[in-house]
Amino acid sequence: MKGIKLAVFAGAMLAASAGIASAESTLKIGLAEDPDILDPTIARTFVGRIVFASICDKLFDITPDLKIVGQLATDYKWVDDNKGLVISLRTGVQFQDGEPMNAAAVKASLQRHLTMQGSTRKGEIASVQSIDVVDDHTVKLTLSAPFSPLLAALADRAGMILSPKAAEALGDKFGTAPVCAGPYKFVERVAQDRIVVQKFDNYWDKGKIHVDKIVFQPIPDNSVRVANLRSGGLDFIERVAPTDVPQIRGDSKLKVTTIGEIGYQGITVNVDNGPQSKNPLGQDARVRQALDLSIDRAAINQALFNGEYIPGNQWVNPSNPYYVKSLPVPKRDIAKAKALLKEAGVEHPSFTLMVPNNTEAQQVGQIIQSMAAEAGFDIKLQATEFASALKLATEGSMQAFQIGWSGRVDPDGNLYNFVACGAPLNDGHYCNAEVDKELKAARAIDDPAERLKHYTAAAQILLKELPIIYIYHRQWIYAYSTKVEGFTPYPDGLIRPQGLMVK
Amino acid sequence: MLTYLIRRIAIIIPTLFFVSIIIFGLQQLLPGDPALALAGEERDPQVIAFLRHKYHLDEPLPVRYGLWLGGVLRGDLGESVRINKPVLDLVLEKLPVTAELAGMAILIALLIGIPAGVISAVKNGTIIDYGANIFALWGLSTPNFWLGFLLILLFSVDLGVLPASGFVPPGEDLGKNLATLVMPAFVLGNAIAAVMMRHTRSAMLQVLSADYVRTARAKGLDERTVVLKHGLRNALIPVVTLGALEFGQLLSGAVLTEQVFTIPGFGKLIVDAVFNRDYAVVQGVVLCTATAYIVLNLCADIAYFLVNPRLRA
Repeated sequence: MKGIKLAVFAGAMLAASAGIASAESTLKIGLAEDPDILDPTIARTFVGRIVFASICDKLFDITPDLKIVGQLATDYKWVDDNKGLVISLRTGVQFQDGEPMNAAAVKASLQRHLTMQGSTRKGEIASVQSIDVVDDHTVKLTLSAPFSPLLAALADRAGMILSPKAAEALGDKFGTAPVCAGPYKFVERVAQDRIVVQKFDNYWDKGKIHVDKIVFQPIPDNSVRVANLRSGGLDFIERVAPTDVPQIRGDSKLKVTTIGEIGYQGITVNVDNGPQSKNPLGQDARVRQALDLSIDRAAINQALFNGEYIPGNQWVNPSNPYYVKSLPVPKRDIAKAKALLKEAGVEHPSFTLMVPNNTEAQQVGQIIQSMAAEAGFDIKLQATEFASALKLATEGSMQAFQIGWSGRVDPDGNLYNFVACGAPLNDGHYCNAEVDKELKAARAIDDPAERLKHYTAAAQILLKELPIIYIYHRQWIYAYSTKVEGFTPYPDGLIRPQGLMVK
Repeated sequence: MLTYLIRRIAIIIPTLFFVSIIIFGLQQLLPGDPALALAGEERDPQVIAFLRHKYHLDEPLPVRYGLWLGGVLRGDLGESVRINKPVLDLVLEKLPVTAELAGMAILIALLIGIPAGVISAVKNGTIIDYGANIFALWGLSTPNFWLGFLLILLFSVDLGVLPASGFVPPGEDLGKNLATLVMPAFVLGNAIAAVMMRHTRSAMLQVLSADYVRTARAKGLDERTVVLKHGLRNALIPVVTLGALEFGQLLSGAVLTEQVFTIPGFGKLIVDAVFNRDYAVVQGVVLCTATAYIVLNLCADIAYFLVNPRLRA
């Protein structure tokens, strides 16, 4: 009898241990969009970066307060009057296919980003002239001119290091089965349905990885994403609509975490891009200042976003270290706006504001329309499908365009390409030599305090001339089950798996 | 029969050719620059130029059409510019999903629509008839996305008995597969059931007042046999045609329903492709669904030909 009891006990223990062994933890994350190709060199979407955060480690990363720290790199040093960057690499790091991550692999990845046809990284690291392998774990980048935003670029997709063997074998199909040195291995992708990644056992920082499998599911509809979270179909969702936040906060099984974005939402004014710029708004800075003063940013935030977003007036949000504090968000001042219009000789200026045809953008446009009307503006709203709006903006077939930018870690990424003379995203064709001088000077130095001085000088001009009227900054709003622990939000909006746990 | 079949099949080729021109031509009417839309937020001019060249967007329209048609004839529907995957693979990946959803929806429609139509016709003018008509009106006038969302709130969020969205292949787990499809299939089937009920009812009313039905009753046959054997069999002919057409439409993708339930089928594929200006995907999917529609129509015509002796005369 005793033998039977022992056998039953042993059997039960075996079954229990087998159960424990097979209990794989899975985190299901609901994404607001379907990512594009999962190749860091040619990827174009923000949402793709969320998936990359699990698969591909970068040379550098950021901290939640936007400081640059090493990831695959352990140290860096500017040399040759800031025209050279020497990067020391972490030792003992493996790619998910077992290949070693070393200086040769870093060189191959950066070369690929620079030379592959259709590379969307090329512009970000175009200042790199040559890459030299100093030793097995040191590389030196030689730049055509000093360019301090390079570090921030290497803390994003341009700094993702690909397995040279996989990159060689798959070529431009690398994105169908990406192999990097991140904490998770790519397992499968069913277009528009799911992307599955599995814990990489030889990850260099495996002590911080606690979830065995992550399933990313694109669910574009906000309400459906929330319904999936509430029903337990998902554990974690990103980009929650501010209007859904009270409902989620009221659910004891869910948690909400927010952090201000590094991007912005604003109005780009056509100041010199073809005949459409020839109107009082495009030609007279006083009219733009009047429009700026007619907008009550706090009211927009309260009415449309439940106060969850951040009113703003610069290319970075007020909590960013590069925000120019001496130029705070202006208060609405209709009397001053009317006086400015009178001074400009156009008491009732009229213009067309192109807004993307999504609900949020249109609502913001409508509120601005009615606020500005009180100052004397006659704004016609032109709701336009986004791809068409981009084309119209690029060719100058707009007077003003309400558009946002997802943001970059370095302030240069939010500013230079939008306001520098002839820059690719400068749709309004604004050009001011003094601004260019300050922005170029900020690019050439590394010291944050010195850079801020140049950005302050640029802001003093830009916030007077207003080629872009910045309105607000979104918050990244995440909602997740109380089963999920250890989540740290970052201003770049990415979901880093390090530290994440599912109870 | 053979001549009829050959004639019908011969018509398919020019029809498909015509469809291909329409697909290609209509897509050019989409506003915006596809290369600009694909280049991402950075809009790097070099990337835009590269995309334009790679996908022949810098070629004249007839050349692009010729290149695409040549590929199609070789079995190459092109490549998705968004995820660099062959369109044919995407079609083959989505087709079983959409076909299963469409099949389940038609099954639900048949199970609700035909009995409701028959009962409504037999009980013409009674409260049951009015009830069935109200049901049909409800089914026709309820927007799919709204009904879908209510079902999600009830069965997934409140009761927690069904998954809110997603799709599990039947080969992976049949139970989960059916659980993910039951709500979207009901939403789609419900709307079709309403149309079927109306058609069955009017066809039955016509048939039940025909001379041969009166003769059947005069012969002393019981009402059940009269209605089901003599009435329904004849009344079903237009309903079969309707079913085939509805099935064809479902195969082209139930756009809103697939969006609400995040079912990775044709509807979702094509909507995303249009917004991303992924031309090759739009062209490939529309061509495949048009082909499916034409083939289903042919099948319906053949079935009609077989059951209706007058056509054979």
